[in-house]
Amino acid sequence: MALALQTFATVKDANAALKAAGTRYLGGGTLVVRAANEGDVSVSGLIRSTEPSLSTIAVAGGKVRIGASVTMAAIARHPDLGTLAKTARAVGGPAIRNMATVGGNLFAPAPYGDFAVALLALDATVSTDDGETPIETFLAKRDGSRAIVTSVGFTLPPQGGFRFLKVSRVKPKGVSVLSIATVLQQAPDGTVSSARIALGCMADRPVRASAAEKALLGRMLTADGIAPALAAASDGTSPITDPIASAWYRNEVLPVHLGRLLLA
Amino acid sequence: MAKVPVQFTLNGSEKAEFVDSGTTLLHALRDKIGDTSPKGGCHQGSCGACSVIIDGELRLSCLTLAETCDGAVISTTSGLSDSGVLHPLQRAFLDTFATQCGFCTPGMIMAAKVLLDHTPNPSRDEVVEALSGNICRCTGYEPIIQAVLTVARSNSQNAA
Ligand SMILES: Cc1cc2nc3c(=O)[nH]c(=O)nc-3n(C[C@H](O)[C@H](O)[C@H](O)COP(=O)(O)OP(=O)(O)OC[C@H]3O[C@@H](n4cnc5c(N)ncnc54)[C@H](O)[C@@H]3O)c2cc1C
Ligand code: FES
Ligand code: FES
Repeated sequence: MALALQTFATVKDANAALKAAGTRYLGGGTLVVRAANEGDVSVSGLIRSTEPSLSTIAVAGGKVRIGASVTMAAIARHPDLGTLAKTARAVGGPAIRNMATVGGNLFAPAPYGDFAVALLALDATVSTDDGETPIETFLAKRDGSRAIVTSVGFTLPPQGGFRFLKVSRVKPKGVSVLSIATVLQQAPDGTVSSARIALGCMADRPVRASAAEKALLGRMLTADGIAPALAAASDGTSPITDPIASAWYRNEVLPVHLGRLLLA
Repeated sequence: MAKVPVQFTLNGSEKAEFVDSGTTLLHALRDKIGDTSPKGGCHQGSCGACSVIIDGELRLSCLTLAETCDGAVISTTSGLSDSGVLHPLQRAFLDTFATQCGFCTPGMIMAAKVLLDHTPNPSRDEVVEALSGNICRCTGYEPIIQAVLTVARSNSQNAA
């Protein structure tokens, strides 16, 4: 099926063109062109913008802003984004990473969306021409979202504060059984003073493990200390079932992998 | 549907074509320009047989729209040999039996070339990582890894 592509120099003009029925924004195309190749006829027109700000990464004073068209490969090699390099490298193989954008990852259905899991743990904000939205709200409402995402922003956690784990069956590259990202802060006595835990594949989109987060507060990162959090890890999840793993399996192995990440 | 003009450099020569808007680069290369070295295995981004190098980066031509390549510099496996003399990667793939049915080979060679262009003497792990988006149903991968390491070793000997 032929797909007409329209390219605009500004996000504003591209947003206006996206009002037409049957149109969809084109990021790196790894999902949307794939869908067209598979015969998805719901999209008849693709829209993209070449506005340079979409492709820039700005890091200053611990604050990071990544344009929506920035690719996983660009993040993985950025000297100031070492914290996120592992997450970016966990997405697909080398060619996919040269194409897959941050903007597209926010919309990727499970088992994809590994980078969005990290952004959820980092409490990122998602920007469009209409303003900024907390990522949690954005993800919840993404199916109805038509506006072009222009960038994501977040504060870099202190050294060692961010952890990421992707579990896959095929090494070194493979689709997620699940992915987990955490941002933890510890008080001087070593107890956890704040915790954000984000999960991939434990619903149709990245979700927080809120019960586990609460159960970690005031606890030490020891096998005993994290036990209540692991017991609560699957509370409220509704994992996907796909050829990689069943929902049952994902729920069974989540505490094991969360435990490994917390004790790492 | 309106045709759109696309111009790019393919293996050192200028190409100008009119394509239907939304045409993939794989389709444009194979069916319009006649370079059949990139293969259409899955059209889903999963097999890597369609891999080409665009502006120095490995890309999947099945998921890339031709129009987005206007002004780009594109390399495919068909541009590698020089006046009938095979590129060292092509030679090594033959010598180490890294090609059987050959369907994955052009994509594997592009993935290996981009690795060696940036990292002339990679470790085995780096080779495996570089080829991790490319599927081979015949060889079991080991001969392919060996082919790339053979070229890497001769690169480092030549540099010494
Ligand atoms: C073989 C293969 C392996 C993969 N492996 C992984 C993996 O390991 N982990 C993973 O997370 N993903 C994986 N993916 C999925 C995908 O490549 C990534 O999620 C990628 O980040 C999607 O980005 P894109 O730019 O290619 O999206 P596109 O295909 O361009 O777009 C996807 C959706 O997002 C919308 N969109 C894109 N950008 C914007 C924007 N700026 N504003 C508004 N809407 C937008 C599009 O309209 C479309 O609906 C894989 C895909 C393939 C084909
Ligand atoms: S044909 Fe492009 S990845 Fe398989
Ligand atoms: S040689 Fe047959 S698929 Fe690789």
